[in-house]
Amino acid sequence: MEENTPLLTIENLVKHFDISGGLLDQISFEGRRFVRKRTVVKAVNNVSFEIQPGETLSVVGESGCGKSTLARTVLGLYPPNEGKVLYQGARIDDLSPQEMLPFRAKMQMIFQDPYASLNPRMTVARILEEPVVFHRKVRTAAEVRDKVAQVMEQVGVDPKWSDRYPHEFSGGQRQRISIARALTVDPDFIVADEPVSALDVSIQAQILNLMMDAQEEFGLTYMFITHDLSVVEHISTRVAVMYLGTVCELAPVDELFDSPRHPYTKALLSAIPRLGETKPKHIKLKGEVVTPINLPSGCVFHRRCHFADDRCSREIPLLRRLDSGAHVACHGVEEGRIS
Amino acid sequence: MAHLLEVKDLEVNFALRWGDLTAIDGVSFTLDKGEKLGLVGESGAGKSVTGFSIINLISKPGYISGGSIVFEGKDLSRLRREEMRRIRGDRISMIFQDPMMTLNPVFTIGTQMAETVLAHRNVSKHDALDLALDKLEKVYIPSPEKRLTQYPHEMSGGMRQRIVVAIALLTDPALIIADEPTTALDVTIQAGIMDLLQELCDAENMGLILITHDLAVVSQVTEKIAVMYAGRIIEMGPTEEIVNRPRHPYTRGLIDSLPWGRKAADRLTQIPGMMPTLTDIPPGCAFHPRCTVREAHCLEKRPDLQPDRARDHVVACHNLGMLT
Amino acid sequence: MNTWQRFRDSYFFYSFKRDPVAIVSSAVFFFLVAIAFLAPVVAPFDPYDTATIDILDAEIPPSWMEGGEDRFWLGTDIQGRDLLSTMLYGLRTSVIIGLGAVIFQAVVGILVGLTSGYLGGKIDSFLMRVADIQFSIPYLIVAIIASAIFQLAFGVGRFEELAMPLLILIIGMSEWPKYARTVRASVLGERKKEYVEAARVIGLNRRLIMFRHILPNTMTPVLVISTIQVAQAVMSEAALSFLGLGMPITKPSLGSLINAGFEYVFSGSWWITFFPGLLLVTFTLVIILFGDWMRDVLNPKLYKG
Repeated sequence: MEENTPLLTIENLVKHFDISGGLLDQISFEGRRFVRKRTVVKAVNNVSFEIQPGETLSVVGESGCGKSTLARTVLGLYPPNEGKVLYQGARIDDLSPQEMLPFRAKMQMIFQDPYASLNPRMTVARILEEPVVFHRKVRTAAEVRDKVAQVMEQVGVDPKWSDRYPHEFSGGQRQRISIARALTVDPDFIVADEPVSALDVSIQAQILNLMMDAQEEFGLTYMFITHDLSVVEHISTRVAVMYLGTVCELAPVDELFDSPRHPYTKALLSAIPRLGETKPKHIKLKGEVVTPINLPSGCVFHRRCHFADDRCSREIPLLRRLDSGAHVACHGVEEGRIS
Repeated sequence: MAHLLEVKDLEVNFALRWGDLTAIDGVSFTLDKGEKLGLVGESGAGKSVTGFSIINLISKPGYISGGSIVFEGKDLSRLRREEMRRIRGDRISMIFQDPMMTLNPVFTIGTQMAETVLAHRNVSKHDALDLALDKLEKVYIPSPEKRLTQYPHEMSGGMRQRIVVAIALLTDPALIIADEPTTALDVTIQAGIMDLLQELCDAENMGLILITHDLAVVSQVTEKIAVMYAGRIIEMGPTEEIVNRPRHPYTRGLIDSLPWGRKAADRLTQIPGMMPTLTDIPPGCAFHPRCTVREAHCLEKRPDLQPDRARDHVVACHNLGMLT
Repeated sequence: MNTWQRFRDSYFFYSFKRDPVAIVSSAVFFFLVAIAFLAPVVAPFDPYDTATIDILDAEIPPSWMEGGEDRFWLGTDIQGRDLLSTMLYGLRTSVIIGLGAVIFQAVVGILVGLTSGYLGGKIDSFLMRVADIQFSIPYLIVAIIASAIFQLAFGVGRFEELAMPLLILIIGMSEWPKYARTVRASVLGERKKEYVEAARVIGLNRRLIMFRHILPNTMTPVLVISTIQVAQAVMSEAALSFLGLGMPITKPSLGSLINAGFEYVFSGSWWITFFPGLLLVTFTLVIILFGDWMRDVLNPKLYKG
């Protein structure tokens, strides 16, 4: 394995969901004829990037941009329609559940909702033992108990409470238990899907610090999904901005915040309320919010973009590397129309 | 000049099987016509309960156990149900976090808006719909006539919330209470709704109580902020003061733990521990177990709100002299 | 905190203590079930032992009436059996069939609902259509046809031996769709929750996820409908027996007793029908009352605090 083999590679990933329903649901009567309509949610459209070991790549975007679907496709929860997912150079998107098992111990996930991500009918001990036992990480029952106690301490939950049920803990504590569950199998790569969005501000700080400590101690690589750009600036090495299933901009974090290039990134950054600033001029996007069912032609953003021209409505822009190191998918930036 | 709303020593209890729990313990604040107040706190602090109790929407086992809520000269906590019903939705409107708490999925927007108008005004259905159209335009909804015949599920979340704002405006209320109105919305939509609320309140001279946990949002829209912790207000003052010169250790901790502008190498400042639940409120100052400047007397006596530096900036802390 | 302590502190037990209907109905229910299963010990006579039955003892009225005898407290039936004893054994039969049928329904229904809800797609469509077809065939028709065929094929004697399992099967088959639908609805809701995704990320296979993770979370609605289903099964069995399609008169259930005594109501021996009927009504009533109370208490809106 070479020095700089990326830990995770995504190549031209496409994920669509066909929600047409059965034959009877698709057929409707319009204009005096029977029409058959297919409804497809185009959640992820041709996404490619790499994640290097030890880095934190944040994927940001608003609801409907496909970031959660991307996260789940990367972890194999959804089979992709097109494209590849590679882990340390090995292809993992077409493996059988049996073949996937060793990878499962290396790739884990932390979820958004601290209330729904733990089985309400299992004690914390059982929840944390399950991955250890399933992957046969240790031999004896005593070792299992030790491992559980160890991860609980690492995340700051008293191991004496392991026989309690999730509903007896607060939101922040449950999220710690979720993180503990991910850590029990000693993974290398963790996908975190909005892990702090459902928590109070003061607890958010605690959990973020915990995640950063864990990253340092265990050499973890994170793919961090969020809509909260303030968190992104603090913890990321690189940031990918998504809109309607496409990556608009992918840049190192300082670069993105100091000089955003893509019009959507600029609008997003300007819309965030910042403490202490009164009345910033936020860029109002024109037009209606589009859904991933009726994707526009050409650039997915062109209908809401102030700089869109004819080419934007016909041709999908590809992610191109700029001199600064940032990648932007925009005709206007490529042509030099937008600074 | 009399205040539009004056809440004095408000107390709200919950009657549970093992006794009564105090959820709101002596909250007082005022609001003038056209003034915007932000009620800030984390979950469990009691800000939503405060907002709900102003219009007496607390349901069993909660009840108002003390204090007064004087609105336009009348004490709302003492009103009979019928009189309260006339004020609620008419003089005071409320906006909730989830638009589907206001919008009924089986009725068209037009029907629901007309229903609201007809509940409070003696006009014809035709006039009610005209009024609805007028308000829809005020909230910048494109093609409003089309919206009247549409159902809530045919619209996006941001549009629904705009319609909820329009419904809140139908009766030209004097006060709007907004409970986390943009928490469930995307950032770009949130900015639009907050701009809208601010513009409308300024134009129509309406009072606004904005209940949220998001300090950043509140700092942009409001003139006054009250920070709540464990059922009490622990700091209150002009927005600019609170944001730039917070005094209470909790407020400071809250602002410091926001990740803005921090680089990856630093850890965030975190306030250790958690807000106490209603059953576990510590003696003395409720914040003392988590406080970095606590002293012995903080465990004994609960601090009252006192003016600090400026007359309108009050803080509930025994140790203000120790803070830099 | 062990399980017993947890139960005592729970909201469930708290409401129970405060609701007189719940306390009375469950007390009566457990009392009746206890004496039914203790029938061999408690009953004064053994109604299946033909040696102790004397046809001359037939149609003796209850002991407090004129012509009654002390040893037959509630009188005797047309064959000379002590009514009280026969009722106790009959109750036992009814309870066994009721509980057996419900266990059958529950096991089949839960398996089908779990599979259908979690796997979805064509399997789901197929199983639900089977459930719909099953549900639309009235169990009475099935019972009549099944009974008739069985009696023809195996003779009346064999039928009498196998009546109990056959009834359990018939009543069980007619009602399993109800469990299947209930469980399927729960599974559809649970399937989307993040703890299920977490289990998949760990790498657990479908079987483990269905049975270890999702199944325990679907049990609350199952519990709620089970009490009503027991009452319904008991009544179905009584109806079938009353029509002559159920338990034979040699090993009667409450329904067969009611049937047997029916012709004699107008000739004066009203007690043969009346007392078994009263017992049946009381038994199903307490089950239903208890089930109603439990459904209110287990209402998720209330206990999900």
